[in-house]
Amino acid sequence: MRIRCPYCGERSNDEFTVLGDADALLTRPSGENIEAFHEYVYQRTNPAGLHRELWYHSAGCRRWLVVTRDTRTHEITNVAFANSRGEGATA
Amino acid sequence: MSSAGRLPTGGLIDRARPIQFRFDGRSMSGFAGDTLASALIGNGVGLVGRSFKYHRPRGILSAGSEEPNALAELRSGARREPNTRATTVELFDGLEAQSQNRWPSLGFDILALNGLAGGFLSAGFYYKTFMWPAAFWEKVYEPLIRRAAGLGRSASAEDPDHYDKAHAHCDILVIGAGPAGLMAALTAARSGARVILADEDSLPGGRLNGERHEIDGRAGSKWAATATAELAAMPNVRLMRRTTIFGVYDGGTYGAVERVNDHVAVPPPFQPRQRMWRIYARRAILAAGALERPLVFANNDRPGIMLAGAVRSYINRFGVTPGQRLAVFTCSDNGWRAAADAAAAGVSIEAVIDSRSDVAPALGADLVARGIRIFRGAQVIRALGSRALQAIEVRDHTGRVSSILCDALAMSGGWSPVTHLTSHLGGRPVWSEAHAAFVPGTLPPGMSVVGAANGAMTLARALASGRDAGARTASDLDRTVSDAPLPKADDEPASVRALWHVSGGRGPAFVDFQNDVTAKDVGLANREGYRSVELLKRYTTLGMATDQGKTSNVNALAILASERAQPVAAVGTTLNRPPYTPVAIGALAGHHRGKDFRATRLSPLHEWAREQGAAFIESGAWLRASWFPRPGENDWLESASREVRAVRSAVGLTDVSTLGKIDIQGPDAATLLDRVYCNTFSTLQVGRARYGVMLREDGFVMDDGTTSRLAADHFVMTTTTANAVGIMRHLEFCHQGLWPDLDVQMASVSEQWAQLAIAGPKSRETLTRIVDRQHDISDAAFPYLTAREITVLGGTRARLFRISYSGELAYELAVPAGVGSAVASAIMEAGKDLGIQPYGLEAMGIMRIEKGHVAGNEINGQTTARDLGLGKMMSRKKDYIGRVLAERPALVTPDRWGLVGLKPVDWTSRIRAGAHLIPIGAAATTANDLGYVTSVAFSPTFERWIGLGLISGGASKHGTRIRLVDLLRGTDVEAEVCDPVFYDPKGERLHG
Repeated sequence: MRIRCPYCGERSNDEFTVLGDADALLTRPSGENIEAFHEYVYQRTNPAGLHRELWYHSAGCRRWLVVTRDTRTHEITNVAFANSRGEGATA
Repeated sequence: MSSAGRLPTGGLIDRARPIQFRFDGRSMSGFAGDTLASALIGNGVGLVGRSFKYHRPRGILSAGSEEPNALAELRSGARREPNTRATTVELFDGLEAQSQNRWPSLGFDILALNGLAGGFLSAGFYYKTFMWPAAFWEKVYEPLIRRAAGLGRSASAEDPDHYDKAHAHCDILVIGAGPAGLMAALTAARSGARVILADEDSLPGGRLNGERHEIDGRAGSKWAATATAELAAMPNVRLMRRTTIFGVYDGGTYGAVERVNDHVAVPPPFQPRQRMWRIYARRAILAAGALERPLVFANNDRPGIMLAGAVRSYINRFGVTPGQRLAVFTCSDNGWRAAADAAAAGVSIEAVIDSRSDVAPALGADLVARGIRIFRGAQVIRALGSRALQAIEVRDHTGRVSSILCDALAMSGGWSPVTHLTSHLGGRPVWSEAHAAFVPGTLPPGMSVVGAANGAMTLARALASGRDAGARTASDLDRTVSDAPLPKADDEPASVRALWHVSGGRGPAFVDFQNDVTAKDVGLANREGYRSVELLKRYTTLGMATDQGKTSNVNALAILASERAQPVAAVGTTLNRPPYTPVAIGALAGHHRGKDFRATRLSPLHEWAREQGAAFIESGAWLRASWFPRPGENDWLESASREVRAVRSAVGLTDVSTLGKIDIQGPDAATLLDRVYCNTFSTLQVGRARYGVMLREDGFVMDDGTTSRLAADHFVMTTTTANAVGIMRHLEFCHQGLWPDLDVQMASVSEQWAQLAIAGPKSRETLTRIVDRQHDISDAAFPYLTAREITVLGGTRARLFRISYSGELAYELAVPAGVGSAVASAIMEAGKDLGIQPYGLEAMGIMRIEKGHVAGNEINGQTTARDLGLGKMMSRKKDYIGRVLAERPALVTPDRWGLVGLKPVDWTSRIRAGAHLIPIGAAATTANDLGYVTSVAFSPTFERWIGLGLISGGASKHGTRIRLVDLLRGTDVEAEVCDPVFYDPKGERLHG
């Protein structure tokens, strides 16, 4: 698989580390509600289709990326920096 | 002995360069340009192997990588390689080849009796026959079957050759260098696109080299050579011969294996045997051609019966013939060309049998003119002969059966496009009645298919489709394609009417030659309910092993379809997966084997430790000094105990460079640390160090270490060795993903700094001798937990931290990695008269247990800060990762397993890590399990074994007694539960 890092350009997925569902992981709850944190840490959807995922360019620029990938075809439709919540199209 | 042999003239071989080789110990000779298969035919060898199950004599079926029969072991000793296809092995001087799966010899095989018991070994025989008694399976049945049914033997010694890995990028990857592939590559390359042309053969040209078609009025092989030369001369083209594209992967990634030196006896120095390529292509053009199908009739596996296209290849390319009296059995126009080619080479044609009655009269008119017997609407119903073909029985259109003497039979059941690579991402080939074959269906993104692989079965159509795809693909990539005339070639007759199975002959009619699956087996599987293609494959083993059913799958599906009285399209097909042809594990591993499986990391103090005589141990990727043996010491414990005593009584020096070091800077650095550590760092004064504990968001402990504040906006963090990479990633995630508004930057500086621990009551005195005078390190000026940038040895930059893992007065000194060993040597010199000694990982481990510090055994992903006695560090005044979930009810119950110390009641007893904690008087059962021992050491300080453990109730159990039961090692020791800090519980020595 090839990922087009907005900073480094298109690279092999060997250079990246995957973490998981971007929309879940990037929305850390505030406050002290155990249920909310339980959802945040453990509950994940498993879509057959477009999925926004966090990938870390560990052997590159060390940027965390939001990669929009079709889980059925592995086609990547968008890659953006995580620090903008994955907004902005760069792929 | 068959009457196969070398033709007096012809072929693309170099008759001026004879090559000597051995087959089953017999000396033979061939020519440069031969394959092992063609050379064997040239030497009159027809029988080359025994079949997998029935040990039937087998000859060469094909002339390519689809070969199911002619498998050989190559070379000897450590380079012995099993199951190579003789049809793709290039002949080299001194080649040693052995036939396989025969005992005691190829000519006389005792296990051929299996052939007589054919009914017994029919489809599903594994499942039906060896059912009982169950105990017989492992001891009797399986060893017997394995001896009887087998392929070659791999080498027992380590492979002495190197295997390389490489990456390549291109605009357009063209797979296959036959006429369509060459034309596509030429068209694309002339537009300036970066092209890679890969072909599994050593000689580009594909079928052009095996046939006599003309292009632009000259031999097709000549045209191929000219096209290849043009491509080779272009700077934007990489021509990869002997390279199989074996797999298609996501994002235009293709796996390829290049057989760099398989065609020589031993690779030249510094060259790999094979090279694995990962090719990244924006577009791909698949020109993989088509594979000819055998015809299924009784005894169709007799040596001398060969695919018609293979007969043509052997005659036209290699100048050898499989026999002197050839018959042809075909259901396609294409098969007739074998008769024409053989006749042109002077081989006697005994008969041409076409199963179609309405064959165009023009076809074979020249053969008729020469008086050759032609049968239309007829079938070969049986082959006669055992170790070599002697005759065939032909049933003509009236039903009359006659025998025809012949020593070779060319058969053509039509051609199946090589759709394998189109399926690797899930695309399913579709049935085409017109081609009587599966053609590509959904394609991988960026791939187009040309030539015979796409059903363009004639030369003119293949060239045109290659040209069109090359032009279209190049234009797609914004290249300008110039108009060049299409080379002229003919559309030869190519019609086909499938003939799937000839019934009525006595004897097994093989569908899958490699797995000995017959037409009868396919029918049986269907009758027994294995009606889906996937089940058929697994029940009969059809399409498995080294050839993956390249010559058998379509015939089998068609026979299954006819058994089910359904069209082939309704039966469907199995999907091909990578690899297209077998790939050696060595090629996949490349240089990553043995100690090179992964990189070995060496500390910047490695040289110093080596000079000190360290015994090293692998710790993750690191090689770390474990202990430093001295003369007269018998084992590691003696050495480590001496090292501990030196630290406790005088001073020791150890290497802690492997700890992760992260430099964190920016106005919000303290805020970030507050949010990732459970304790507070914003209150830390500049010039001070603090122990910190990080939790995961689920509330369990993730890592610990010391972080120091060098300036208001500058911290340096240490992590454990094992988690250095993970913590860096975690911090980046927290910053970029959770709190991107924080103004903070960080960088891993683990490699940049060498770090040494100087520990013991005389550590300050030692350090004073190397620290530059202007830096006061007295206890008053540099108290416990001070962290400051200083200089040593006359201006060398350093950072000094007064922190202690051993429990003694101690420091950690960080210096630039390049001077690490020199500084360590200077410290050893400075402390010589004070009794300084180097100490290793073992001594460090003993001292941390004496001091009750937790390490990886305790921070195991299942323990909370409270479990480890660190609950007081958890701030209540701020938010941090893990804070909320650490308060989950199950993580705060009083009976959770908490950290305690353990010492055997009988002070001479040894205790073992891993032993379970069982109440005295209770049975050693899971229900009574209260915890376990996490770490143990023989303490030279207390001269007894001590341990750390996790026990239900934790500190509330101090003073009680418990059994340490280890059922694996058979030990059962009574111990007292105590505080985990055995040594200096008040911490007075740290402050000394």
